[in-house]
Amino acid sequence: MNTRALVLAAVQVIVMAVLSPLLVGLMRQVRARMEGRAGAGVLQPARDLRKLFAKEPLRAEGTSWVMSVGPVVLVASSALVCVLVPLVGTITFPLVPDDLFVMVSVLLLGTVALALVGLDAGSAFGGMGSSRHMTIAALVEPTVLVSVYALSIPVGSSSLSAIVHGRLVHPSSVVAPVSLLALVALFVAVVAETGRMPVDNPSTHLELTMIHEAMVLESSGRDLAWLELGSWLRLGALLGLVGSLLAPWGIASSVTPLSLLIGVLALVAKLVVLGSALAAGEVFLAKLRLFRVPELLAGSFVLAFLAVTASYLVVQA
Amino acid sequence: MTLVQAGLLAQVAATCLALAAAAVVGPRHRARFAGAAIVASGIAGAVTGALALAGGRGSVTLPVSLPFDPVVLAPDRLGGFFMIVAGAVGAVAALYGIGYVQGAAASRTSWSAMAIFVLALQLVPAADDAVSFLLLWELMAVSSTVLLLADHARRAAVRSAALWYAVMTHLSFLLLLLGFAVLAAAGGGTGFGSMARVSSVSTAASAAFVLLILGFASKAGIVPLHVWLPRAHPEAPSHVSALMSAAMVKMGVYGALLVSVRLMPGGPVWWGLLLIALGGVSAVYGILQASVATDLKRMLAYSTSENVGLMFLALGTGLLLRSYGIGGPADAAIAACLLLVAGHAAFKTTLFLGAGSILHATGERDLDRLGGLTARMPVTSMAFGIGALGAAALPVTSGFVAEWALLQSLIHGANTQNRLVSVVMPIAVTVVALTAGLALLAFVKAYGIAFLARPRGEGAATAHESGRAMRVAMLTAAASVIALGLAPGPLLTAAGAAAGLPRVGPVGWWGIDLSGIGALLDPLALTTMAAAVLVPVLLVSVRLARRLPRRRVALPWGGGGVRLSPRMQYTATSYAEPLSRVFDDALRPERDVLVTHSAESRYLVERVQFRQYLDDIVETTVYRPGIALMDRIGLAARRLQNGSIHRYLGYSFFALVAILIVVSL
Repeated sequence: MNTRALVLAAVQVIVMAVLSPLLVGLMRQVRARMEGRAGAGVLQPARDLRKLFAKEPLRAEGTSWVMSVGPVVLVASSALVCVLVPLVGTITFPLVPDDLFVMVSVLLLGTVALALVGLDAGSAFGGMGSSRHMTIAALVEPTVLVSVYALSIPVGSSSLSAIVHGRLVHPSSVVAPVSLLALVALFVAVVAETGRMPVDNPSTHLELTMIHEAMVLESSGRDLAWLELGSWLRLGALLGLVGSLLAPWGIASSVTPLSLLIGVLALVAKLVVLGSALAAGEVFLAKLRLFRVPELLAGSFVLAFLAVTASYLVVQA
Repeated sequence: MTLVQAGLLAQVAATCLALAAAAVVGPRHRARFAGAAIVASGIAGAVTGALALAGGRGSVTLPVSLPFDPVVLAPDRLGGFFMIVAGAVGAVAALYGIGYVQGAAASRTSWSAMAIFVLALQLVPAADDAVSFLLLWELMAVSSTVLLLADHARRAAVRSAALWYAVMTHLSFLLLLLGFAVLAAAGGGTGFGSMARVSSVSTAASAAFVLLILGFASKAGIVPLHVWLPRAHPEAPSHVSALMSAAMVKMGVYGALLVSVRLMPGGPVWWGLLLIALGGVSAVYGILQASVATDLKRMLAYSTSENVGLMFLALGTGLLLRSYGIGGPADAAIAACLLLVAGHAAFKTTLFLGAGSILHATGERDLDRLGGLTARMPVTSMAFGIGALGAAALPVTSGFVAEWALLQSLIHGANTQNRLVSVVMPIAVTVVALTAGLALLAFVKAYGIAFLARPRGEGAATAHESGRAMRVAMLTAAASVIALGLAPGPLLTAAGAAAGLPRVGPVGWWGIDLSGIGALLDPLALTTMAAAVLVPVLLVSVRLARRLPRRRVALPWGGGGVRLSPRMQYTATSYAEPLSRVFDDALRPERDVLVTHSAESRYLVERVQFRQYLDDIVETTVYRPGIALMDRIGLAARRLQNGSIHRYLGYSFFALVAILIVVSL
């Protein structure tokens, strides 16, 4: 059990490390094409990473260890999320269940690292981004927990791979109203958590609107590279999770070269579809005013909560 | 003589030693001797607790010169668990006190009160009958009031805080007295053994339950009885705040467990619901106030309200599920309550000691004037950071494990057979999730604003690291946060033994297994996995660092134009501003913007002043009108007394006539 889980974990991390820059590149490319621009190509984020790794990081007077440790913590937490989330397969370590709450906590560790990096340099931008980022993270958390809680009710376990496996066995549960409500809520939460439109504009540098960009403003060189890679890994892992929940087909439930290959290909397909759809959606959306974001999150929370109560009360009636 | 008896006597002996040291030794060495004796008393308390938890028995009878039965101390397993918590916190706080105390807090009175306070904290859970319990409870209340008053001569706020504290704590005492009286009348004795014979479904039991829970809730800082907490914690010396918040407040939780698990198990359904409601409101309100507070210790006090709220919520969940026979999740919920108790004791001690260290070094509690302390106070920064991780319930700390267990019990507790449970559980999950999210913001704010960036005030710029005793105490507390988070297995075993929970236990490498609901967590394995993914990242970083070392530059980039004025940084107030706007209706902050125009033209602004006041709305809407009413009644009653002897003679004459009429009827 352990060796198979180990193999799968290694595959998931490596695949995600390769895929996530490509995913971001794809999303930028889709957006560029839809806006009538040529775009920089799918490989541009990977080239950016290579460039950043080759650059010398700068450290301003008065900054602390957080500036150098924070990015590493973010990337490690994102990589750990890639291990925990069932992306390629549903085999888990017996002692480290891919429990929903564990996954969320590990994710939040990265969120906190990023917020502290934003505060460390003591510039007004960093503080602003950090404050907004944490406010949104605090308000997103109920939605994330409650929506996955709704999904966990049919299988009676908060383990993500058990949930995905349950949906694989009973495909009808995927299109059940309860499950759709919960997925919509989860998707909104993922959009907010990864800083996409309409919550945060990933390509903005306008000081009044930026959140993520404001926090990484003071980082450079490999620090910035880690921050970017960490954020991309998060985006990839969370989109992959939504993909696995929405379309559990193809995910490996055993570890053989063939099943892993199918699992990886299925993951690529899901990420391509979801990423392009998200990018296409972003073209038609304007960024919400910051103080309207809580309304969006409250709405998604209501959906998640409805999903939970419905799955108890409707089944019973 | 059994070991437990020896332990109990050792605590009393160590306290006597501490009292003697406080009284006899001169001011130069007083702290060292008295502090060391209190540390010994704390260690003896923790060891005795461990013995009692392991099943050791033994009772000590202390004669008191009051017209009561003697005080009987016979800790059971549950009491043992809380004795460990109180003893450990007491020892660490006393060690810290050796380096920390100065001025009035170093006086004979303060050290004596400290010794008695620590002893009372350890012995309250050891009491075996209501009278001893109440006597020790009162001893705890009075000694802590004395400690709180240490600095009353210098700051008026201390006197007001002590007044609030004394009133609330005696309100709590009164409720407990009434509650135990009802139970004693129904059970025919003041011993806990005879009280346990009262049927839990009787009216007397319910009346006693409400009285006792309200009394304990007041001590535990549950909203709306929390008003003393955000006053007393900031004004007390920091090692006393740590003791109050990490140990004394827990006695309220112990009381709630005593009533609902030991004395009257199997009560009606609404008992659990009452606890869940109290806990849920307290958790959300507490953390909301903590997120917007700018006084560091006030923020920690509100966070205590939040954590105790979670403990009550966990206990209430356990009771509710038990009353419907949902055993596995109920066990997990009660275990979660005890994990929260131990976890909170660890991280809140760390945080208060850290806050004390900051206060000691900078003279500031106001986050808006701190900043950049990591460079000047590395040890405090590390300890406070670990404590903040624990308070934010992030892995791998004691707070994370406890909150995980609570969430697991909640989502497994709901079942489709019971509508009430399946409505209450999702609400509870939401409460816990929102609380966790806001706690994250509150502690990122506290750590980020106090320790990172550049100093915002004079005190922060000239700060220095604290002395050795304080550093050792802080690091011990911080280490316990990590240890309880990495290896919670033994703690869960202890919790299972304390509350008699068969369906929880250790697994793997000191991991925890809530076998009643089929959930397990091994933080050590999780950490190993994190280390495994960290290795390649670190390899790349180290290789690159060798080739491309960091270059130091004078200015941060700041979008191209940064002036080095620390006033341009975000402060704690501005950090929480988006949140306070989102929760405007619940917090009702008052904001004043004063614009002074230049003399030449109305179009030129000379300066802008922004002020924000955040009152506790429970206090302004519930307590203020109540106090005003009492004041009016008092003023009206004053008319009866105008100092004239004739009038007083008239009163006694009329009273006599009235009595004669009543007698003759």
